[in-house]
Amino acid sequence: MKQDLVPTVGLETHVQLNTQSKIWCACSTAFGCPPNTNVCPVCLGYPGALPVLNEEAIRKTVISGLLLECEINLRSKHDRKSYFYPDMPKNYQITQFDQPLCLGGGVDIEVDGVKKRIRLNRIHLEEDVGKNTHYDHGSGVDYNRAGTPLMEIVTEPDIASPEEAFAYLVALKQILSYGDVSGCNLEQGNMRCDVNSSVAPRGSDTLGVKTEIKNMNTFKGVRDALAHEIKRQIREVKGGGVIRQETRRWDDLAGQTASMRAKEYAHDYRYFPDPDLMPIVLTTEQVDAIRASLPELPAARRARYVSDLGLPEYDAGVLVADKAVADFFEATVDISGDAKTCSNFIMGELMRLLNEREVELVDTKLTPESLAGLVMLSNAKKVNNQGAKAIFEKIFDQGGDPEAIAQVEDLVVEAEDVIAPLIEQVIQEHSGPVADFKSGKAAALQFLVGQVMRLSRGKANPQAVSEELARKLGGK
Amino acid sequence: MSDLHLLTVTELVARLTSGACSSVDAVQALIARKQATDGELHAYISLDEADALAQAQVADARRAGGDSAPLLGVPVGVKDLINVKGQPCSCGSKLLRPYTSPYDATAVARLREAGAVLCGRLNMDEFGMGSSNENSSYGPAYNPWDTARVPGGSSGGSAAAVAAESAFVCLGSDTGGSIRQPASFCGCVGLKPSYGRISRFGLTAYASSLDQIGSLSKSVADAATMLQVMAGWDERDSTSLDLEVPDYAAAMQQDLTGLKLGFPQAFFVEGIDPDVADAVNAAVEHCRELGAEIIDVQMPHIKYAVAAYYVVATAEASTNLARFDGVRYGDRREGGNPEQLASCTRAAGFGMEVKRRIILGTYVLSSGYYDAYYLRAQKVRSLIRKDFEQAFAQCDAILSPVAPTAAYPQGAKLADPLQMYLGDICTVPVNLAGLCGLSVPCGFTSEDMPVGLQIIGPAMGEEMLFRVGHQYEQATDWHTRRPGIGGAA
Ligand SMILES: [Zn+2]
Repeated sequence: MKQDLVPTVGLETHVQLNTQSKIWCACSTAFGCPPNTNVCPVCLGYPGALPVLNEEAIRKTVISGLLLECEINLRSKHDRKSYFYPDMPKNYQITQFDQPLCLGGGVDIEVDGVKKRIRLNRIHLEEDVGKNTHYDHGSGVDYNRAGTPLMEIVTEPDIASPEEAFAYLVALKQILSYGDVSGCNLEQGNMRCDVNSSVAPRGSDTLGVKTEIKNMNTFKGVRDALAHEIKRQIREVKGGGVIRQETRRWDDLAGQTASMRAKEYAHDYRYFPDPDLMPIVLTTEQVDAIRASLPELPAARRARYVSDLGLPEYDAGVLVADKAVADFFEATVDISGDAKTCSNFIMGELMRLLNEREVELVDTKLTPESLAGLVMLSNAKKVNNQGAKAIFEKIFDQGGDPEAIAQVEDLVVEAEDVIAPLIEQVIQEHSGPVADFKSGKAAALQFLVGQVMRLSRGKANPQAVSEELARKLGGK
Repeated sequence: MSDLHLLTVTELVARLTSGACSSVDAVQALIARKQATDGELHAYISLDEADALAQAQVADARRAGGDSAPLLGVPVGVKDLINVKGQPCSCGSKLLRPYTSPYDATAVARLREAGAVLCGRLNMDEFGMGSSNENSSYGPAYNPWDTARVPGGSSGGSAAAVAAESAFVCLGSDTGGSIRQPASFCGCVGLKPSYGRISRFGLTAYASSLDQIGSLSKSVADAATMLQVMAGWDERDSTSLDLEVPDYAAAMQQDLTGLKLGFPQAFFVEGIDPDVADAVNAAVEHCRELGAEIIDVQMPHIKYAVAAYYVVATAEASTNLARFDGVRYGDRREGGNPEQLASCTRAAGFGMEVKRRIILGTYVLSSGYYDAYYLRAQKVRSLIRKDFEQAFAQCDAILSPVAPTAAYPQGAKLADPLQMYLGDICTVPVNLAGLCGLSVPCGFTSEDMPVGLQIIGPAMGEEMLFRVGHQYEQATDWHTRRPGIGGAA
């Protein structure tokens, strides 16, 4: 049977909100504490304990909804979802079933130059569960995470390839980071993804049977797992087999998905409204107030960098990709007044060092003041390129005042009145190369510059020397 | 033996205030009375005497230091499903026997602040599920008027202890009548406050939308005192209401002149014990003599209340009790894997009635049955609420029996749970509608078993209960009659 099978993919992304306290109690949401230290009768599901909704969790979910262009439901409610699992203290999860906080919305992506919008179905607010650890003899449960507020962001089945899924997650993370609603730290499990996929003949009205890959915690993992799963489904269907509706697990090392449990045995979750909680009622005024306080999104920021700061489209795109970097860039420009030079340092030296050291901007000693100082030092031609790079690395690793570092490290280039006689001396002593250059051999200039640098013991600015030599010798 | 145990809370407070007795004296009298009666009654699951005496000493020291908190030094017994820090809270269940509360319920914290000595865990139907106290894993409590009979339930131990004067006053909880019905069976005063009046934080949940903490006491005045201390908004319970708490002691002094009391025939169900009907009719007549106008009100949906109640209550219970899996606390039974751990723990820990209600609740919430049961029960619930709204447009309070019968013999209804459920007909409508209800003694059957009159008030209208209840109580002497158990007068 010859047919062209195309994939359909939908993602359910769980995003931990970065509130100080848990969703139903005052326990801290801090990551990495010793097991079962951030717990109380409420988040441990002790008899008689009751949940009280953290308003900050509602606010952050509404912010997310507005940034993702959702409709905010003015009346929503929480429901109990029943299933037994040791990491869930009450053996029901408080979630939102038929009246979520946010409806609709979408995320714009671009893959290989093609722009596309991935529509969202909904965002609802629920509680995270604890963490199971299995040992040689028995298991342990850490409930520190239980009760951390969690948004579930559900897409429509609009994703058509692993690359689109990846692009969607990157764009989603960028927007949520800008909204400061989540740490968006994948290593800490701030974002986890369930991936639904199916294949069907191109142009078919109906979707194929879908499988779900649970609990993916890297974007690359989603892309790889999806690529494998789509291939597997196509191979299966083309070989005359059937796809079973089931939950699958991605084995990163083996590079393949494997069946976890068939959906026939799926739970009946028995949703019903949680009688311990009142409905969430918001007013238009409250939503408007949150809307008025929304941060500028990356797309708007990029456009502003191009129109107001005169940066190239490409530079603007790189700068806004990470909100921390973009904020840092703006602060540096405010002090130094030179957008292009700031941008050059950030796109060049900063990105290189961040990659090399595998750290985030926040982990470095760099400040807008120190980088602005370096920008001004460099613009005044008091240091040459080599010197600027050395100073950048110093303020990146240890901080400090660039001017003072330049002095201590002996990186200040000599003033023009010291260099001018050296240029004259070189012109006098090297008539051959001078004649070569004048007759059009451009390479001869590099030799002459090198001679000046030697005489200055490296403390001249090579660009400045080169320009001055060229001017004196009348070259082009 | 001292006769301090005979006092009401109001009388005990007066003695403590005047210095005529100490809190330690009161606790010692209570312990002696418990020793004299509880062999027969089994009203208590446990009482930590040393801890009670230590609390009493602290209260006496506070008084010596000039403190005059409203319940300073008064012993209060607690139904075994309300959390008191450091005390057991087994909910009458085998599953929770090893559990010790790490925290105080809000109502308990308020009692502590008011100076109460929290002493004794009172027997009950497991997790509040039962109307006869026969579903306690510790074995039943018995009725002090006739120990061959049930004390009612689920707060049976609390009612039996108060009636037998082995407690001055007790906390109970009422989901479908669990305070009012045992109060009626044992001849004491039972208050179920409006939903949201007292914080449920720390009350082990049976059915969250119906549960309320309340009291069992020897007088209406004592019920008013207890509510005054415990009532009011609590930030830890989203369903508690942020309303001012009125002065209940003042409200109950008003006479009944000009009051309109509704008397719906809907509560006189088929099969009602004629002695019960006679006693209630006589009490209503008495209220008329005291100046109230008695009017007929229609309550067409009461007959569906029991069915709706057992759907809503069991649905909520099936999830509320899911947490008892042996992972974090309780009598854990290892099973090899987590699923079996939960399964073995629950199989060994829960009694028959609890299992029955969990299965029923799981069923009514199941996919495909939700609309037919849970959703329809919620609709009945709003119809019942509407019935009451219309009634309260015409009257200030409603009078009715508390139960169709007086206390019945042990075992009489154990084999027929449906028969047991139908006995809740007069009390469950009040919980479904979120209203308040008070049971006051109003007579005896020909077999000398107490009968209660139920006074139903609008939501947050407890003043009306205390006013009608206190005025009626002052005009009668039913509440002064005590069972002959343990050599009492
Ligand atoms: Zn907590």
